[in-house]
Amino acid sequence: MTTVTETTTLTLDRADVWRRATEEPQWVRRLLIGTTLVFLALFLILPLIVVLYGAFEQGLKVWYAAITEPDAAASIRLTLLVVAIVVPINIVFGVAVAWAIAKFEFRGKTILISLIDMPFAISPVVVGLIFVILFGSQGWLGDWLNAHDLRIIYAVPGIVIVIAFGTLPFIARELIPLMQQQGKQEEEASLTLGASGWKTFWYVTLPNIKWGLLYGVILCNARAMGEFGAVAVVSGRIRGETNTMPLHIEVLYNEYMFTAAFAVSSLLTGLALVTIAIKSFIEWHEKRA
Amino acid sequence: MKLKQLLIALPLALSAVSFSGASLASDSLLNVSYDPTRELYREYNEWFAEKWKSETGNSLNVRQSHGGSGSQARAIIDGLDADVATLALAYDVDALRKRGNLIPENWQERLPGNSSPYTSTIVLLVRAGNPKNIQDWDDLVRDDVQVITPNPKTSGGARWNYLAAWGYAEQKYGSKESAYDFVKKIFGNVPVLDPAARGATNTFVQRRIGDVFIAWENEAFLSVEQLGRGQYEIVVPSVSILAEPPVTVVDANVDRKGTRALAEAYLEGLYSDDAQHLAAKHFYRPSNAEIAAQYEDKFPKVNLFGIDDVFGGWDNAQETHFNDGGHFDTILEELAQQRR
Repeated sequence: MTTVTETTTLTLDRADVWRRATEEPQWVRRLLIGTTLVFLALFLILPLIVVLYGAFEQGLKVWYAAITEPDAAASIRLTLLVVAIVVPINIVFGVAVAWAIAKFEFRGKTILISLIDMPFAISPVVVGLIFVILFGSQGWLGDWLNAHDLRIIYAVPGIVIVIAFGTLPFIARELIPLMQQQGKQEEEASLTLGASGWKTFWYVTLPNIKWGLLYGVILCNARAMGEFGAVAVVSGRIRGETNTMPLHIEVLYNEYMFTAAFAVSSLLTGLALVTIAIKSFIEWHEKRA
Repeated sequence: MKLKQLLIALPLALSAVSFSGASLASDSLLNVSYDPTRELYREYNEWFAEKWKSETGNSLNVRQSHGGSGSQARAIIDGLDADVATLALAYDVDALRKRGNLIPENWQERLPGNSSPYTSTIVLLVRAGNPKNIQDWDDLVRDDVQVITPNPKTSGGARWNYLAAWGYAEQKYGSKESAYDFVKKIFGNVPVLDPAARGATNTFVQRRIGDVFIAWENEAFLSVEQLGRGQYEIVVPSVSILAEPPVTVVDANVDRKGTRALAEAYLEGLYSDDAQHLAAKHFYRPSNAEIAAQYEDKFPKVNLFGIDDVFGGWDNAQETHFNDGGHFDTILEELAQQRR
């Protein structure tokens, strides 16, 4: 009995000492918190205010006119079209690859995992150039494409390809740890009970990963809309045709049309804010679940 | 299954977008140009589309692409489907022949004035009131003057700046050596060497760095008009270079697409009286002497020399001055050593 009481007091004592050790003087705490706040204000809040102020400085009418101007509207349509193609492709790829990595053992698995990360590691400009070298007139497939009058780069397909490449890891990266953590007992149970592979996927796997998947989709979406470097290389900058929103913002800025540039920027910023809101909602939901 | 429908509809939508050009009844033309011609071609395209419609009955959609001159040439070589190329310098257009075999050897002889329907020159932009009293190239080598120009290595426009200064010095001081020292002194006065023209404009105008900005005349006018009247003044030097931004039909593309007649009419239209007035309105010097004479107030007389006269053409100028190990590289090296 006595030994037990002794140990309890000892641990309590230690906790006490430990707590006191972190009680920094007030000025240190204030300095640290202050630095953080100043940093936040300077690098996050201030730019946000600048964008919104620039966009709405001359009133809602000017803002509306700027985003409905034909070239701007075309860039918004193109961006949405690209996202509508790229995100489903990445959903299919991301789920398939995460499924394979998390639920099966096979040779070359580590290589596959590293390969998925490659788009994160390569500079976007290089990504663009890779596809120019592949599909350009002087490129490997150039003659064949020319002979069949197919356009890949400097047209919509090229933009889709580079953005799909750049956003490829988002969904897979989100799902792999989640699925690995969940293990494969539920799927095995479903299969031994006679469900088909598809049925197992729809009724067991998918419901388990849906929040993680949504999270991945949102990140993928945000990146797909904002991608600049790689698109700039393969776009050809035909106005009203192959300029995505980020490229159009640059064009407007270069034409000294600052209000219009900020107006289109405000749309992209708005998307970012919505993304963050949905992201926080999902995180909150996951914590509750 | 909404998802399934979506998955089927998307590739269809994609192909519709990428191939819609072929199925439309109206004519379409892609003009690949460089940055400062945006305003000019926006207006010219409207004018030409109307003319084309009245002549052929077809409606015309002229698509524009703008960017740095060198990178635009590169894009055409890599497959950007340009019907016409309207770039900043003959060297970039000639790359279409050398690297892509897209145009014939004699491309520059096909249209009047070395295929340049409008010309420009290099002038000096200073701050209002000209506080440093800058009158000519000689003032740029003064110790108390900071000069802004983009990097000639990466910016086509900046090569004209460099060559204009060199040509002036060679004429005035009579030797290549003194011209070399003169240009080196100017670049010694450059605090920031931006990679492209627009970046340099921002350095001078928005960051307010430097006393004088070496610029194309049309860009200088544009800065004065759009970025603040009364804040800048244009100083025209006594001697400058004749900048000829040439235009050409991209033969390989128009022959494949069957748009040669349209593309040729489009470029010939640039020499019409209306288009020459448009060029003047957008601060380019008209190539038509009669029309140019009407704008003498706007474009002061400068003693202009051509690139062929002083540098023996673009190929020579490029090789001696801007290629790796050329004069510009040695200038930068020597300046770096001086600073150390």
